Amino acid sequence: MRHRNVYGRAWVWRALGAGAVVAAVGLTPVASSGAGASVTSRAVSDSSALTLNGAGSTFDQPFFTLGFYEYHQKIDPSVTVNYASIGSGGGQGQIEANTVNFGATDVPMFSSDLAKATAGTIVQVPIDLGGEAISYNVKGLPQGLHLTGPVLAEIYLGQIANWDNSALKKLNPKVNFPNESITVVHRADGSGTSYAFTNYLADISSTWQSKVGVGKTVAWPVGVGGQGNEGVAGLVADTPGSIGYVELDYALKNHFTYFAMRNPMGAFVLPSKASVAADAALHPGVSPTNFKIDNLGHSKAAYPICTYSWLAIYQKQTNASAGTAMVDLFEWMTHGGQKYAGELDYVPLPSVVQATAEQALSTIVGPSGQKLLTKAAIAKYGVPSGK
Amino acid sequence: MLAGAGLVFVALLVGFVVDLVVQARPAFAHFGVGFITGTQWNPVTGHYGALPFIVGTLETTLIAMVLAIPIGLGAALALSHLLPPRTRVVLGGAVELLAAIPSVVYGLWGLLVLAPFTRSVIEPAVAFVFGHAGPGSGAEIGIGLLLAGLILAIMVLPTMVAISRDVLAAVPADQVEGALALGATRGQVLWRVVVPHARAGLLGAVTLATGRALGETIAVTMVIGNTPAFAHSLFDTGATMSSIIANQFTEATEPFHLASLIAIAVLLLVVTALVNVAARLLVRSVGRSRAAIALA
Amino acid sequence: MSVLSLDPILSRRAEVQRIAEGSLRRRQRRSRIALALCVACILVALVPLVAVVAYTVERGAQSWSVDFFAHLPTPAGISGGGIWNSIVGSLIIDAIAAAAAVPLGFLIGLFLAQADGRIAGGIRFAADVLSGVPSITVGIFAYGVLVTTLHHFSAIAGSFGIGLIMLPVIIRSSETAIRTVPVDLSEAALSLGAKNATIARRVVLPAALPGLVTGMLLAVARGAGESAPLLFTAIGSQYLTLSPFQPMAAMPLTIYLDGIQAFSDLQRVAWGTGLLLVVIVLLLSITSRLVTSRLGRTRR
Repeated sequence: MRHRNVYGRAWVWRALGAGAVVAAVGLTPVASSGAGASVTSRAVSDSSALTLNGAGSTFDQPFFTLGFYEYHQKIDPSVTVNYASIGSGGGQGQIEANTVNFGATDVPMFSSDLAKATAGTIVQVPIDLGGEAISYNVKGLPQGLHLTGPVLAEIYLGQIANWDNSALKKLNPKVNFPNESITVVHRADGSGTSYAFTNYLADISSTWQSKVGVGKTVAWPVGVGGQGNEGVAGLVADTPGSIGYVELDYALKNHFTYFAMRNPMGAFVLPSKASVAADAALHPGVSPTNFKIDNLGHSKAAYPICTYSWLAIYQKQTNASAGTAMVDLFEWMTHGGQKYAGELDYVPLPSVVQATAEQALSTIVGPSGQKLLTKAAIAKYGVPSGK
Repeated sequence: MLAGAGLVFVALLVGFVVDLVVQARPAFAHFGVGFITGTQWNPVTGHYGALPFIVGTLETTLIAMVLAIPIGLGAALALSHLLPPRTRVVLGGAVELLAAIPSVVYGLWGLLVLAPFTRSVIEPAVAFVFGHAGPGSGAEIGIGLLLAGLILAIMVLPTMVAISRDVLAAVPADQVEGALALGATRGQVLWRVVVPHARAGLLGAVTLATGRALGETIAVTMVIGNTPAFAHSLFDTGATMSSIIANQFTEATEPFHLASLIAIAVLLLVVTALVNVAARLLVRSVGRSRAAIALA
Repeated sequence: MSVLSLDPILSRRAEVQRIAEGSLRRRQRRSRIALALCVACILVALVPLVAVVAYTVERGAQSWSVDFFAHLPTPAGISGGGIWNSIVGSLIIDAIAAAAAVPLGFLIGLFLAQADGRIAGGIRFAADVLSGVPSITVGIFAYGVLVTTLHHFSAIAGSFGIGLIMLPVIIRSSETAIRTVPVDLSEAALSLGAKNATIARRVVLPAALPGLVTGMLLAVARGAGESAPLLFTAIGSQYLTLSPFQPMAAMPLTIYLDGIQAFSDLQRVAWGTGLLLVVIVLLLSITSRLVTSRLGRTRR
């Protein structure tokens, strides 16, 4: 066979070697700036730009996506926020492992969770307030059918398996229910939305309380699991005959039909900004240890399945600029930024809760113990939001 | 320097296995054998039994192989012995391109295209065959065990076809010609001479395809419905070992939750490693053929 | 022989012929059915391929536009968003993974092609095992090694996982490519007085280059499509990030995260990204196939 001049291929090796050297030289400044215990980095282009990383609740995701976008566009373009919507359980897990700057969870962390934190004390800040819409995808059924908690519990327990059943017919006598089996959709991941939902079910059904209980992850007796609020919404949208619980914005954006739930005063109420606000107004003094706002009595206009969502941030920040950026961002998110929450049909935080948030944010200190939320920042960002 | 590279590689792998085993040990220590036989997966009460996921993995793999083996074998026979040469190259190449499509695209297509089709056509047909009982009972919602098995079958088919084809093509021509000379029809030659001759290699192809099916994560997670419990019919949703890890890993903060998930990963690793090694031994026994090289 | 004794032989012969013909027809019929089934099998095997590609093209092409490629994602409901950050992110993550896996894989492949002892057998076994490891376990390893220790989700943790997936492909194809270099080339160099390292560098590797390039293309095609290792390492981002020490978007991640949503505009983004990924992966596979066949032609 013909021997080619293989010595002519030496250029391949020279090129590869040169490429490796260039790559090494190019990566070194990136490596030296990024490595280390600091959880933030400066983008290569702008020396003052800052990236914050957060993870957690999918309940918050629509509000966070819009809020962080608007903050970056209009308030402070040097701050970009990455938010990984992995569920409240994920948010708690990741802030405990200190892999993110902040976690977001619809159910506050309990003392057993806080004990697992690896970088000190965690401060919890209420960030938004919303309702859970019990959505259904059944052809021909109108919007706003009546439903009570006990019947909902029976459906999720698997005791009612078909849309054509006496309980639903009794609540909605004029409606023709088709003979279709009910596909229950719940969360596959650890979810604060699930926590609020199971908290409600346990409240109104002793069977649920004893058989299943309350939690971010429970042993669901029946049903299909979706990943995040997004996954549940996806499954409800794609599965005829399904029922699922999602944060209200998901139901509205996807044009779901959802139930009007009976509240403790006997009225059937659709989830909406007004009805969730009415519910929250019944318990303004929420705190991480006293957070349940499901199923409160004394208001005919209140929607019974609602929850606050909480940020989890380390009290002692190791990076002063990142910590300052965070408290400024969240001061804005809990005040001026609530306008965007309102646009997405979350309920803007009541002023009592805004004060609680501000108080929590002001306990956050930097590496040398200095308070990071300055009076100037409060004046700039803590403008009370309009309704 | 070469030996150094080899050492780095082995160190990496050993580190891999050790890291997983160390993290999984608390679960095995606490639950013992009950981890593998336990039927409850309940992070609230702290009971972690992996059996639902082991069974889920086995069931989806079984459905996939039941479909992929006959179709794959038939296609491989066609490619190696029946089709004219140019058609062989084109169609064979097309089947191999199936293997190149990323798993997440299969998952997306499965969730958004095949699931509605399964719900409206395939599941009613299967229910009819089983008389709406047993494997054919339950609500027909599209996603679930059956769909996961279908997607897995599609994903392991290229492996099955490619390796089988090479193994079948390696059967010596004199065997084939001798049988033909004795008056056998082409079908008889294939079924009674070629396939038996390539038995070991075909078994290797099946084993390799099974290994791929056992370990597949993303596509299955997207279509199986993520219910951490046993599936009682083909239409039920369930979970596999890899899908439960994908779902719950980032949030596992309860005691033993993370260790249990990693313990499942260790089980999966052991099973797929054993199956893969068995497969390669079987295929290599056919000789250093194109098949062995094609295992890339 | 008398006419009387021939007759039974003839009639027996006629009888046997009749049976044989009947058997032949039956066997031919059965054979034809079996062969038709086999050909049907290959058509059945191709139906999903055509279906997946057709749907991906149809739905993905709908979202392709200049905006789609050049812009960053926008929140659901705000139009004009794109996947520029996912494209760049995939490039960065896969480039870093390849930069680590390709040299290491080459060296190990070279070692395996030349050595044949117990150690080589062990390394080959290890590479085989690694190639069958489910990608989710690779993700767990990468999380433990690079995410919890650096207290970050980062692209580099994702690259670590993808690199581990690329490695066995490169090892095996390098070994094969180097083994197919005719031994007389290196023997000629040896007889000219060249040292082993020189032979490897200037004779064997350049001659094996097409095969090595094929292996690299296949490995990149495989690594670029993996999303499980990225789920808890690079974890995704809404912004364009260039630092490997930050979370980063990537095409397979975007497909997964957007595909499971109910928002139809996000589903469209998933399809569009899926189409792009399929096009890239198919191009890489077809290119590597062409390189291999060209290699085969020059060798003969």
